[in-house]
Amino acid sequence: MKGLLVISGLGIIAMLAEIFKFKKVLLPLVLIGIALAYTLNVFEWNTPCDISYFSNMIAFDKVAIAFSGIIIITAFFWFILSHNYFEEDSNLVDHFTLVLFVIVGALMLTAFKNMTTLFLGIEIMSIPLYVLASSKKKDIKSNEAGFKYLIMGSFASGFLLFGIALIYGATGTFDINLISEYTSQNAANMPMFFYVGVIMILVAMSFKVSAAPFHFWAPDVYHGSPTLITALMSTVVKTAAFAAILRLFMIAFSGISESWTLILAVIIALSLVIANFSAAMQSNVKRMLAFSSISHAAFMLMVVLANVRSNLSLNAVIYYSLAYSLASIVAFGVLHVAAKNANGNENTDAFNGLAKKNPMLAFCMTIAMLSLGGIPITAGFFAKYFVFTALIGTSFKWLLVLAILASAIGIYYYLKIVIAMFYQKHDGEKTFELDKPQAIAIVLSTLAILVIGVLPGLIANMFKM
Amino acid sequence: MINGISINYYILLSAVLFIIGAVGVMARRNSIIIFMCIELMLNAVNLLLVSFSVLHNDASGQVFVFFIMAVAAAEVAVGLAILSMIYRNIKSIDTDLLSNLKN
Repeated sequence: MKGLLVISGLGIIAMLAEIFKFKKVLLPLVLIGIALAYTLNVFEWNTPCDISYFSNMIAFDKVAIAFSGIIIITAFFWFILSHNYFEEDSNLVDHFTLVLFVIVGALMLTAFKNMTTLFLGIEIMSIPLYVLASSKKKDIKSNEAGFKYLIMGSFASGFLLFGIALIYGATGTFDINLISEYTSQNAANMPMFFYVGVIMILVAMSFKVSAAPFHFWAPDVYHGSPTLITALMSTVVKTAAFAAILRLFMIAFSGISESWTLILAVIIALSLVIANFSAAMQSNVKRMLAFSSISHAAFMLMVVLANVRSNLSLNAVIYYSLAYSLASIVAFGVLHVAAKNANGNENTDAFNGLAKKNPMLAFCMTIAMLSLGGIPITAGFFAKYFVFTALIGTSFKWLLVLAILASAIGIYYYLKIVIAMFYQKHDGEKTFELDKPQAIAIVLSTLAILVIGVLPGLIANMFKM
Repeated sequence: MINGISINYYILLSAVLFIIGAVGVMARRNSIIIFMCIELMLNAVNLLLVSFSVLHNDASGQVFVFFIMAVAAAEVAVGLAILSMIYRNIKSIDTDLLSNLKN
């Protein structure tokens, strides 16, 4: 809770920077603030779980704190990575404020206890992102990305709200714990429209995490937005939306799981197949990473399917989100630098000969790609392993087979980039240096991937069995 | 029952309004009309929430409607800003012209 307050305050302070002329120190200030928020967040770990704030609107239990931690860490790396993206732009202060409020919305989504907070969290997170996605004013691609994101986002919000309204009609409450109590007491005579509401919420949330068949906006939006904003979308936003799904379906609708598990299984299966086959056919790396993020969303959704608040699946999902976020930060960071040095070329050939030009960058990108593909000693391997372990006790073993086949295809398109870096020739053989903060962010995230890959116990025993 | 009218009719009316809005978003090509259709979807939700709120004798549904109104206003403000930016770049708001993002 304190972390959320600190970051909200930071957002407001950032807005004042233009008036009181402390734009120069804004980035260090924001970094210190985020570090402070992280520390406060960690200290809340041992507080009792049932403390809720604002008349039961929000409650930071252990799951929420773990997800907030992941979001805050990624946000920290993201701010270091994007320091010169901000300097290039004249509207520095607006960008800082918008990004900080995206994080505020994301933190609300990890900890909501009431449908009102769920809706407000999604909107606080999404509305600044619409602006950020279209923040290259003269670039029609960026405009189009923002516009598509806005239309699809509000369309999904409409579905979410209709679902919430139907559930309110059936149960008479917005509180997720009371909804769960009510459904378990009146399981036999819930009206039909209650189940329609649950399915509509499921559809809306699949839109938000971009799971197939509601994924079609994601490649376009990821492609058109500025690369670093895409990095924000595929890490912070995805983790938060996923935390929200987990909370909804593991608390509010866990009692009626037979009505949604089959639909969720179909969504996951479709995402795995469509995302991996489409990703293999992309030449634009941003689009490829967009499809890869759809496939990773499917892996994370498997945990929701698997069960129902056991510590095993909670550990699995926390580990997966962290591994995925770190690898995405590195991948988009390197893509940002490489594309800049290739005159804005974002295709696979922008990576040609990167191993010669900057070996350190190529090494980091290789680790990130291996981690996304799930190769051992990187975090991605154990992430997939834990998810599969969580799923193996359920009746959805056919999904497991599909998921393993899908990750095999995944390795093909991740290695395509690695091959381009190490084996493809490039005419201009000049090396390039990248500036210190970016290098620090990329190297630190890579190290983190390796450390939690070698010692998975650091994260994976967070919730005691 | 609200004023002698069964709740089912309220649900039916909201559902019809919502579907008109949803179909409009998918079928229309003019961006302004798409925004109007999204508003229609949100207003269908508002109607539904208010009628359930009266049915349950519970004010929280009506409070939720205020949140939706405020958020919808913010969303449209951002949307129109993006739209005017697009108009400045391509002198049109036809969504068919927005297809620059391809592999």
